[in-house]
Order: sequence, then structure tokens, then C-alpha cells
Amino acid sequence: MHVEVDQPKCVASGQCVMLAPGVFDQDDDGIVELLDADPAPEHHDDVRESAAVCPAAAIRLTEK
Amino acid sequence: MPETLTHSSEGQAEWPMPRAATCPFDPPPALKSLQSEAPVSRVRIWDGSTPWLITRYEHTRALLGDPRISSDATRPGFPRTAGSAQSDTRAPLSFINMDDPEHARLRRMVTAPFAIKRIEALRPAVQRIVDDSIDTMLAGPKPVDLVEALALPIPSLVICELLGVPYEDHDLFQHNTKVLVKLSTAREESAAALTALTDYLERLLTSKLERPGNDLLSDIATRRVATGELTQREAARMGVLLLIAGHETTANMIALGTCALLQNPDQLALLRDAPDAKTTASAVEELLRYLNITHNGRRRVALEDIEIGGETIRAGDGLIIAGDIANRDPDVFPDPDRLDITRNARRHVAFGFGVHQCLGQPLARLELQVVYSTLYRRIPALALAIEPDQVRYKHDGAVYGVYELPVTW
Repeated sequence: MHVEVDQPKCVASGQCVMLAPGVFDQDDDGIVELLDADPAPEHHDDVRESAAVCPAAAIRLTEK
Repeated sequence: MPETLTHSSEGQAEWPMPRAATCPFDPPPALKSLQSEAPVSRVRIWDGSTPWLITRYEHTRALLGDPRISSDATRPGFPRTAGSAQSDTRAPLSFINMDDPEHARLRRMVTAPFAIKRIEALRPAVQRIVDDSIDTMLAGPKPVDLVEALALPIPSLVICELLGVPYEDHDLFQHNTKVLVKLSTAREESAAALTALTDYLERLLTSKLERPGNDLLSDIATRRVATGELTQREAARMGVLLLIAGHETTANMIALGTCALLQNPDQLALLRDAPDAKTTASAVEELLRYLNITHNGRRRVALEDIEIGGETIRAGDGLIIAGDIANRDPDVFPDPDRLDITRNARRHVAFGFGVHQCLGQPLARLELQVVYSTLYRRIPALALAIEPDQVRYKHDGAVYGVYELPVTW
């Protein structure tokens, strides 16, 4: 799995940070920061859920 | 068309629709019929206009995330609520009714304090506020109105903490806030309260500029006012906006949630005995989904023609997106009318969806997690002090809830 985030789109809902704190973080303004673009398999479900609940569609996944 | 609908003379169903008297926690039965039979259909509202009503979860998320719809309430075709036709006392600075890029520019000025780590750092303070409020309630007479004793004061005290309102100013702050969030307040009175609060916040911003703390107002003062991005008055209005937006909603979730749980004792027991924070957090998501207190629909207007659900929404057509019924869509939530705190309800749209999704959601989640995990544990014998059918629900409220909740223990 490969993860990309679109910071200009992010609306700082913070749900990805709650779901997958090892993969996503927030900068001082609450905007998404990607910690791990190629997360280990145990994070995949949480990352998929993060992408599904992201209100701004700011998380893009490529499943390899 | 189902028979449960009230039809206008022209044939469209009328909006809003009544809930069934015996099911105060469920959306109107007519909405359910529409969801299965005519998920994208026109309704007639108070001013005679006929916006589209969107009822399915899939359409709700697609449209709320679609840049071809606008939140600008001044555009022709926007389905206004009855109250907004009169001059209303809301702060003029509101990005809620703006579109990007202006909406994003303003919203980003206030996202910092809502970052998860900042909100999580507030948890001990929220816990203290909840415990103190329960102590006070237990020390007083019973029965007591839970709305007055807990549901209203807790969000108010928490927002003081978040904004950085000094304790000695609590009285002024609490009094004016109470006046503002009460539905029954006369317009002149609430305008005076709004001015008093804005003035007060402006004075507070000045002192925060001199001595910044780790709070939202210091953040706005040092990063937005000092840099000239916002005037002191605009910043104060933003503060008032955040204050109001996070008040009535959280208060109603506390009281209505307790009301629903007291009538679902098995669910209350599960929540009370939740083994860890994750279970409690998941239960909060289900209560948000099930109660969906923003029951008046999210209002939008189409900027271009949009094909959805076999219908064509034309540019200029108004839209009412009914999140309460979207959260009961059986395609997404099996057995949707059952309150089941063990289900995964995370994908609910109680906070909306798209770029306007609730900014305060991390704070709302924190408050509800702390309240629900503390209240029933500390007062296991908590019970309604009146018959369930005597509870008065806010059918005509901007946000759904209960007017009062007499409880005993």
C-alpha cells in the first residue's frame, strides 16, 4: 500500500490521526502530515478507514 | 408515494416532516419511506419553494463532498430556514455560509486549537469539570433537571478552558452564554448578550496579546491579530461563533444521549462497564449516528447541473441533505434503527461531510467520551424522574434534544 496526502485539501478533522496515529500526524494548524507513505500491513485497515472517513478526500491510497 | 406524507396542494411532500410520537429518537417515518422509494425528490418548505431532499447515505456523502454545490445562503435558490428570513443575531463573520477559497482561508485560522494533540491535552481539565459538576449535582436536591445541572454547564466550562477565559470572569461569561443559547430568549436580549460577549472577548484578546497563554484566544491574538490578518473585532466574533457552535450541540447530545440510554438499559450497562477508552469512543460514535441532533438537514444550492439517483438537479436548485436519515441507511448500517453501541458507526455523517464538516468535532468527541464514561459510573442508580412519555423533545428546535430531563438516583 502506498499513501499520499493532499494538504491543501485537508480540513483538519483529525480523524486519520485518531485512527492511524503511526501513519498520520498534524502540523501546528491541524493540517495532515504523512509519517509513513508505505505503512506496514497491520496499519492497512486503519489507513483504509481513514481514507473512507476523510471529509475532504485528502488521502489517496494505491493498493499494490 | 407513501401515505404517511403530508402533501401540499401541488403534490410535493412538506418539509420538515413530523416524527412518530412513540419514537422520539427516530427520524420521521415519511423520511424513511422516501429513502427507500424516492431517495432524491422535491419537497415544499415554509416559503413555498421546492428544494430537492436527499435521503441516502451514498448521495449525502457524494453531494456534500462535491464542489458543484454551494453553502452561500445569499445565492438565489438556497433553501433558507424560516428563522433566517428575519434579521438574526448571529455574528456576521461566519465561514459556515461561505464557499472556498474564502471559507478555507478563514477556517484554517482556527483549526490549530482543534488538532488532536491539543484537544487530548484538555482531557484532564474536561474530566475535572465533569467530576465537579457531578459533585455539585449530587450535593443538591433531587429530582434535578440534568439539562441545567450538567448538559449546559459542562460545554460552557470546557469552552472557557479552551478559549482561555479566566476563572474570575466566569459569571459574566456564563450568564451571557446562557441567554444566547436559550431558544426562548427575546431577540433584543440576545443581541445585547452577543454584544456584551463580543466586547468582553475583544478586551480579553488585548490582554492575551500582552500575556499569551496556551489557549485559543492567545493563538488567534498572537498569530492572526498581531499579524494584521484579522482585526480585533473579527477575531472576537470568531471566538463568539466557536462558542455558540459548540454549545447547544454538545449540551443536547449530553441530555438526549442520557435520555436514550436510560430507556435502553442494556446499552447503558455496556457503556458504563466499557473496558477501555476505545470502547467508549466507539460508543460515542454510535450515539452520534443514532441521535443525529442536526435534524433540519444541511442546506446547499447547486452551482451546475448534477445527475444523482436518476434525477437531474439543475444549477440554481436548492438542496436539503437529511443526515439524520442518511445515518439510518440500511445499506450502510445494518438494523439501523437499533441503538447498538458495539457496532462500528464511525462512518456516520452526524458532523456533516465535505469541507464544511464540523470543526469542533474533536472537542465534541472528547466531552462526550468523558461525560458518558463518568456519569453512569458515578451514579449507577441514575433514573428518569418522570415517565418516558412525559419528556418534552425539541421538535421545533434548531438542534434536536430535550427541553429538560428530570432525573433522580
